[in-house]
Amino acid sequence: MPSTIVINGETHQLDLPDDMPLLWVLRDALGKTGTKYGCGIGSCGACTVHIEGQAVRACQVALADVWGPVTTIEGLGTPTAPHPVQTAWIKHQVAQCGYCQPGQIMQAAALLAETPRPSREQINSAMQGNLCRCATYPKIRAAILDAANSTGG
Amino acid sequence: MAQLGKIARRSFLVGSVAILGGTAFGAWLVARPAENPLRAPAGGAALTPFVLITADGVTLITPRAEMGQGTQTTLAALLAEELDLDWQDIRIDHGPAARAYFNAALLAEALPTRGYNTGDTLHALGEYMGQFGKLLDAQVTGGSTAMKDAFEKYRLAGATAREALKAAAAQRWGLEPAQLRTESGHVIAPDGTRLPYSALAAEAAQQPLHTPALRPASAWRYLGKAMPRLDMVAKCTGTAQYGIDIRPKGLRFAALKTNPNRSPMRSFDASAALAMPGVEHVIDLGQGVAVVASSTWAAMQALDHIHCDWAPAPYPPNSADIMAEIAKAFDLPANSTLRDDGDGAQLPSGATQISAEYQLPYLAHATMEPMNATALYTGQSLTVWAGNQAPMFTKKACAAEAGLPEQAVDIITPYLGGGFGRRGELDFSVFATRLAKALPGTPVQLTWPRAQDMRNDFYRPAAIARMTGAVAGGRAVQLDAQVAAQSTSQQGLKRWLGLTPAGPDKGHVDGLFNAPYAIANHRVRGYLAPLDVPVGFWRSVGASFNAFFQECFIDELAHAAGRDPLEFRIDMMQAEFPQGAQVLQALRQYSNWASPLPPGQARGVAFCYSFGSAVAQVVELRQDQAGIAITRVTIVADLGLVLDPQIARNQLIGGCLQGLSAAMGEEITFAGGAAQQENFDSYILMRHAAAPDVEVHLLENLPRLGGVGEPGLPPAAPALANALFALTGQRLRQLPLSKQVAFAGT
Repeated sequence: MPSTIVINGETHQLDLPDDMPLLWVLRDALGKTGTKYGCGIGSCGACTVHIEGQAVRACQVALADVWGPVTTIEGLGTPTAPHPVQTAWIKHQVAQCGYCQPGQIMQAAALLAETPRPSREQINSAMQGNLCRCATYPKIRAAILDAANSTGG
Repeated sequence: MAQLGKIARRSFLVGSVAILGGTAFGAWLVARPAENPLRAPAGGAALTPFVLITADGVTLITPRAEMGQGTQTTLAALLAEELDLDWQDIRIDHGPAARAYFNAALLAEALPTRGYNTGDTLHALGEYMGQFGKLLDAQVTGGSTAMKDAFEKYRLAGATAREALKAAAAQRWGLEPAQLRTESGHVIAPDGTRLPYSALAAEAAQQPLHTPALRPASAWRYLGKAMPRLDMVAKCTGTAQYGIDIRPKGLRFAALKTNPNRSPMRSFDASAALAMPGVEHVIDLGQGVAVVASSTWAAMQALDHIHCDWAPAPYPPNSADIMAEIAKAFDLPANSTLRDDGDGAQLPSGATQISAEYQLPYLAHATMEPMNATALYTGQSLTVWAGNQAPMFTKKACAAEAGLPEQAVDIITPYLGGGFGRRGELDFSVFATRLAKALPGTPVQLTWPRAQDMRNDFYRPAAIARMTGAVAGGRAVQLDAQVAAQSTSQQGLKRWLGLTPAGPDKGHVDGLFNAPYAIANHRVRGYLAPLDVPVGFWRSVGASFNAFFQECFIDELAHAAGRDPLEFRIDMMQAEFPQGAQVLQALRQYSNWASPLPPGQARGVAFCYSFGSAVAQVVELRQDQAGIAITRVTIVADLGLVLDPQIARNQLIGGCLQGLSAAMGEEITFAGGAAQQENFDSYILMRHAAAPDVEVHLLENLPRLGGVGEPGLPPAAPALANALFALTGQRLRQLPLSKQVAFAGT
């Protein structure tokens, strides 16, 4: 079915199956590959994007169910104008293989938008759905705490 | 291949036999430099295989897989240190698959020496053997060897390029090269006149290359310092390109399923799938099928509608029977007895003897980026984009699959979303090639659905150890260790080179035969289980299981001797491996080992020498309402020389936490021939809440540079199990631990 969605402020007219997950719309139809496929069952968080600012797993949202504007990692910030969370990530040199990091960053940005000064427990709880096989978890916590402080809450 | 195979077989043998091999094949063949694979455009220059200069500037070739370990950043630092490039100007490229990029350190480690006490002569023999890696085209990222291979080679390449640029400028200016200096990508004359390298490239290419002296460590600007990783900004902004992100024009998307019993497919019925929207082709892979479609999702959906008749597994179908087969290997002749000090079989008189059996499961690599590759076949040429750890082996295998000469095949290696050994395999590149060959002119990207990735992995082998030891007078006086498992080397090298190495399998007993304790009666035997469960190299390989056996049992011996487990280790290591004892002494201090903990808290310690580095860890636990929490980990590591302290720390932390993850929750089990775990809901990785903060202290006492990607992993599981013993009094000898205790944060 033809549908219209807004991604990173840009309107896209699409003629794709209604039940096609947003993840694959982004990656395979639109070439926005910053959002990653990890598990396809909402268990790893690598495909986390924002819909109306809320962190969701793009592999679990059908195209027809996208209820608002989508922000992906490419829309959060850019190499020359990074989002404060990305700045903190770069400062702490968080990424190793980096494959899960777009999802981690999107989840962290949503957390800080809602809870500007999260505790360690709040961070762990909000980030629990985002796996990192390189186990950069301690650095992610440090970067989130730093971003929380630097944005002034 | 026949001759290469012969060389390989010989070079995998040991000691004097390796020297014979060298003589037989002629030192010239080994020493002759490999051809420079770089082709500079007009006006440019390829000064060594590592420095490409064009009108746009300098590109450094960093031909090791960047899978998270930071290798390309430090390789660039080695080159730039001598070439005088500013950090912000550094551009890197993995470069092509080429013999010139062989890894000399990989084979150098094949000698079955203990490592920690290897003298200069044996080390030199190892380095000589390492040169055979060129004949094998061993362009491999693995074995924590990248820096050992690169440390001199890359600095020399940078210096050689620099001198050629100076000679070119000297010629142009009518000066002597010695009058010139280099800085920030420029050659500078005594009067301050500056020329950028790019302006000198064509003339530099005409200069004879020679080997200058290397700068002393005291002059280093980059090495030894924490440099910003060259991949960091891209990886934090979604702009880093992994294999799965390759999007050539006209790309079609494919997914596959192959027999989870690791056997052929007898037949399949794809009629329903072919009628599904977006589905373009269904291709028979022999051991499975692939669907080519308009999107990866459409291909994955269609796979669910293809009925396949799978042949049964070539190994016992259930885990219990597989483990029983592994145990039977103890009745076979030992493959290796790489340690046999004193009389390991005899109980010394007056000593107290204990015995224990340990058992570890198969493990999956579970890289976050599932296996994938993209290929384009034109009839005359083949391009394969694959995040891979072995480009030359990949190139040979894809050329054979496509029926093309190797020169017609290009292998492009983007970032790897995790490797841990899995991406040294060739299966994903070969299958993508097969699809591309079926669709000439059309680029095809083949992605493993997660279930396929997990059920068709080459697993870390399951292993069983039988340990007997004795203590007297507060010391261990006997240790008789036996381990049974499948051989990773035999399977892995067969897939790479088509040959099965003869002789003792060092990797199988790594971390056990070279445990650096002075025990008068010490024997280590390895038994190879003749099973066909697919196994492969998994971060730290044999040490990933042997360190658990060794270090848990040392703890048991310490307990039997009534000794503090850390002091017990130091006492027995002091004379055998003083630098190892220093690591433990530093750990005692940094972990506050001697300070008592309140009730409900406990510490455990473990040590492992692996991949040339000595690493010890203390894990601290607390019994919470929600379960047992890992509250703190302290790591001390002697790496010989630290080229980038931040990258080194991150590798040690990542290795340690991956080891803890495996110890707590990971296992692959089999039922009906297939792995029972298909995704992250059943293969349990550590998540945020269970991950402790980790403190790392680095030492540089060892005489040679050690590895860092893997050595952080082996001590983690035994340190955790030993801490659990200290906390609960229960000695857990099987992993994963979460089957036996409840952890918080899981």
